[in-house]
Amino acid sequence: MRRFSWFNATSIALGFAFLYIPILLLVIYSFNDSKLVTVWGGWSTRWYGELLQNEGILNAAWVTLRVAIVSSTLATILGTMAAIVLVRMGRFPGRTLFSGLIFAPLVMPEVITGLSMLLLFVAMNLDRGFWTVVIAHATFSMCFAAVVVQARLYDFDKSVEEAAMDLGATPLDTFRQVTLPIIAPSVISAWLLSFTLSLDDLVIASFATGPGATTLPMKIYSQVRLGVTPEINAVSTIMIGLVTIGVLVASYSTKRASERQEREMKAVDAGAK
Amino acid sequence: MRRWFVILVPYLWLLVFFLIPFFIVFKISLSDIATAIPPYTPTFSITDIGGFFSQLDFENYTFIFQDSLYIGAYFSALKIAFFSTILTLLIAYPIAYGMARAPREWQPTLVMLVILPFWTSFLIRVYAWIGILKKEGLLNLFLMNLGLISEPLTIMNTNTAVYIGIVYSYLPFMILPLYASLEKINPALLEAAADLGSPPWKSFWQVTFPLSIPGVLAGCFLVFIPATGEFVIPDLLGGSETLMIGKTLWNEFFNNRDWPVSSAVAVVLLLVLVVPIVLFQRNQEKQREAGR
Repeated sequence: MRRFSWFNATSIALGFAFLYIPILLLVIYSFNDSKLVTVWGGWSTRWYGELLQNEGILNAAWVTLRVAIVSSTLATILGTMAAIVLVRMGRFPGRTLFSGLIFAPLVMPEVITGLSMLLLFVAMNLDRGFWTVVIAHATFSMCFAAVVVQARLYDFDKSVEEAAMDLGATPLDTFRQVTLPIIAPSVISAWLLSFTLSLDDLVIASFATGPGATTLPMKIYSQVRLGVTPEINAVSTIMIGLVTIGVLVASYSTKRASERQEREMKAVDAGAK
Repeated sequence: MRRWFVILVPYLWLLVFFLIPFFIVFKISLSDIATAIPPYTPTFSITDIGGFFSQLDFENYTFIFQDSLYIGAYFSALKIAFFSTILTLLIAYPIAYGMARAPREWQPTLVMLVILPFWTSFLIRVYAWIGILKKEGLLNLFLMNLGLISEPLTIMNTNTAVYIGIVYSYLPFMILPLYASLEKINPALLEAAADLGSPPWKSFWQVTFPLSIPGVLAGCFLVFIPATGEFVIPDLLGGSETLMIGKTLWNEFFNNRDWPVSSAVAVVLLLVLVVPIVLFQRNQEKQREAGR
């Protein structure tokens, strides 16, 4: 049994304090009654009430939610395909370029990605708005999705797929009935990651968007530039709350799913013996 | 047939929406600004390819390299990214080390707690620091109440605030790869070192640290590359003294509406980052091969 040593416990505690104190302060001050953000005027939920009256923010939230749902679904489908290509397809002409294209968006500064997307949309003569933001988000999220699914594909037992094929299943059937159920938890995490990436993005959306498609981060950014307001704290708190619940639910359910899968595999092994 | 379908769909998507745009950026960086829609000239036309090419020139690049504002912004961005990467490493290492040495049943929870802020909006996390760092902010309030300072510190809108913002925002990117490589180290190696009479600090430098180098490299690249082009942090936390190329590009594009010059800025930034990006990918592939 390992225990926390004095040094390790201290460094973890200090590190997590650094990570969480700013977020906690932001949440606490969203319940501050005073209009001045740093003067405490007692607990109140008035800023949440005012938020419900703020049509600009509500509209932006609705746009953001729609963009996030559509783009993360697209990103998950494309990313899963890309992961299968990287792990299962072996060699094909242009493979090196392909893995580079999956890799580059992960670290590319957002200003470059955003600018280049915008110039493409202009060159293609697309009307900028909802759909251009969706395309832009799907493009960089699919690379994150691919990495998440890829990790799962690497460490699962390929012989299960081979067995299905030997028993006469077509590649498509094998994918649907064998591969997909096994990688399902990672596909769900990939969707959630893409969803939050889209929800959070300011820079790429600012380049890719057009009139009528202002996202929530763009709205928040334009207000933050004018100064700290309790309303922004309230929006932020809601977003933090949603993401936290989503991540906790997802990690709990994937843990349950993988435990169940392990039990089933053990049962199958026992049956075979 | 099906195999090609699965390969081609994501491949074509990335070619069209990720690779080709870079060529367009390059092309526009060779154009001139114009008061038109789109705001540059010449625009590509099939009928007059000769005329199109003859109008392209490297003017925007000579402009960037002659103006000390741009050169300064590149160097200052690299400098800020470099020192914040080092700082992030120094802060992240003890945390990752502590996590890797924590009781097994605690580790998934600790990893979860590191990932959670990373899922929370970048913009919101940067915003949270404004309320803390500004003149009448919470940090000054706290320090003055303790009696440690009598005058409020000016941190907001300085480079110090930018460093704090980058270290804070990118910390999970550093902790996770470090933890991954530290956690894999076989404890028997350290016991062997101890049995052979090595004091703990010596075992650390001769056993633990060398084995964690792949994680150190991965973490440093993951912080350094995006931090160099960072826009949100210098814009919200930095001041007039803060020059960073990501911010320059944004201003050139959104405020000056000079698409050709911002394209040229992007091309040069990309060239600056190509070396670290390629090195990073090599490092990752080596890791993956070693892992199998």
